[in-house]
Amino acid sequence: MNKKSKVVSYNKWGYIFLIPFTVIFLIFQLVPLATTIYNSFFENYRSGLTQIGPNFVGLQNYGTIIANGDLPTYFINTMIMWLMGFIPQILLSLLLGAWFTDPSLRLKCQTFFKTVIYLPNLIMASAFAMLFFTLFSDSGPINSMLMQIGVFKEAYQFMSHVWTVRTLVATMNCLMWFGNTTILLMAGMLGIDPSLFEAAQVDGATSTQIFYKITLPLLRPILIFVMITSLIGGLQMFDVPQILTNGTGDPMRSSMTLIMYLNKHLFSKNYGLAGALSVFLFVITGILSLIVFKFTNSDKVK
Amino acid sequence: MDMAANTTIAGKQDTGASVHARRVVSYVVLIIISFLCLFWFYVLFINATRSNSELSLGFTAVPSTHFVENWTNLKNGTLPILNGLINSLVIAFLTAGLATYFSAMTAYAIHAYDFKGKKFMFTFILMIMMIPTQVTVLGFLQLIDKMGLDNNPAALIVPAIASPAVFFYMKQYMDSTLPLSLVEAARIDGSGEFRTFNQIVVPLMKPAIAVQAIFSFVNSWNNYFTPALVLHDDTKKTLPILIAQLRSADWLKFDMGQVYMMIAFSIFPVIIVYLILSKHIVGGVTLGGVKG
Repeated sequence: MNKKSKVVSYNKWGYIFLIPFTVIFLIFQLVPLATTIYNSFFENYRSGLTQIGPNFVGLQNYGTIIANGDLPTYFINTMIMWLMGFIPQILLSLLLGAWFTDPSLRLKCQTFFKTVIYLPNLIMASAFAMLFFTLFSDSGPINSMLMQIGVFKEAYQFMSHVWTVRTLVATMNCLMWFGNTTILLMAGMLGIDPSLFEAAQVDGATSTQIFYKITLPLLRPILIFVMITSLIGGLQMFDVPQILTNGTGDPMRSSMTLIMYLNKHLFSKNYGLAGALSVFLFVITGILSLIVFKFTNSDKVK
Repeated sequence: MDMAANTTIAGKQDTGASVHARRVVSYVVLIIISFLCLFWFYVLFINATRSNSELSLGFTAVPSTHFVENWTNLKNGTLPILNGLINSLVIAFLTAGLATYFSAMTAYAIHAYDFKGKKFMFTFILMIMMIPTQVTVLGFLQLIDKMGLDNNPAALIVPAIASPAVFFYMKQYMDSTLPLSLVEAARIDGSGEFRTFNQIVVPLMKPAIAVQAIFSFVNSWNNYFTPALVLHDDTKKTLPILIAQLRSADWLKFDMGQVYMMIAFSIFPVIIVYLILSKHIVGGVTLGGVKG
């Protein structure tokens, strides 16, 4: 700071180095965002060979996706599958994180276990979903194993029951993300002052008591952070259910997510409804991001 | 109250035994979880080595001998997978390169210089970090259509220059490891600002660039949503799009050995690279806390 005059003369380089980011951001993210919002106010789709619109219709597109039940249904589907994956994910991550960071346990092979649990996170989600589809298909290996053990007499049709499809999607999401969550929570747990644990141990607290009375309360900010970022990720759920159900969201559209619905409108070039849906998602994720921003801002910046 | 007193006394006596028991429980649970993580890939590997007729007989735990045969059949089949591999690799490499280099540059701008609007810019980038690409994809598709970039991989590569999450990681890394005195010293030696960035800052940022390059590469490699909307020609498609095509084909007609081989082909390269680099990757997750 005492060399302020010197720093000032180099100031313009700050702007110059920001040019690539700013230009690309404006062209490929901000302009598209504006035109997406703009599109949401127009009727613009193809009916057979005739192009309808674009005609200005105000908020009618928003009314349509809510009134015909599509948006509420797909929102609820998305949330159900997110919760079914997230609850086991966070519980598992808390448990594993507590074990990995517990000094009295001194677990061996930690690197091995961490490597293994993080592995599914890097797998191509579409290939993973395709793998589950083949494994759980009527003549697939899971069915043949279950029949060999004698659980089922004949093949169970995993793909034609609402709750098995949802469970498969949730299982894949949980498998893909619990390793990531564990590592984040561990970082939070390792950040807790060890003297707190020592003091509690001297006072005779059991490890269960320490976990509930010390670890959990101090971990609350990072738990909320993990939950909201996961919720934002959950709202974007697409690859897994799209490939697993071949884009249909079957049975009876019970596993159709919001982004699958958006994808459908984008492919059929119904830009009015796609726009309204995008704006809806933008507002929700925007609010959630602001909450996350508050956390990261207080925790990490300065 | 009584309970508490009891546990203190008992606690002292059998601490050793209870820790031992808890250790056993945690190992058992960890082994089960590891099994659940690896099981699917093991089955995939086994099934990729078996022929269609062997696969129809049900599952066995030992690999068979048709690995090469499945591969040749797949390679000569209708799906252009070698093309897909090259497309995926090219897009992922270029995305990773652009994202890391320009994010480091953006982070450097904010780290090393004092200028008006710097704080605003930093706050702004953090705020847009969590906004998913899906919500702007409609406008994005219309835009690239007007620019003549529809069906062009460049539309997937160039936007990587603005990667807020990579920027955030770079900024965190610079805060902890890049002293401004070094930049000052370079200035005194007469190095231009751009040269200082390229020849002093970038080499110092190598560890951070490596970690973020891996993540950007994997994200691009796995990305399905945007590429599927942008790329239309068979020769331009990436692996995830081909997987989707395989799924939507009447898959019962397929040679299942080839189907498993195709999935293995998309998954195992990443697993092998991951096992080699896992130390950096697992360590990098914590630092780049804000990801999806």
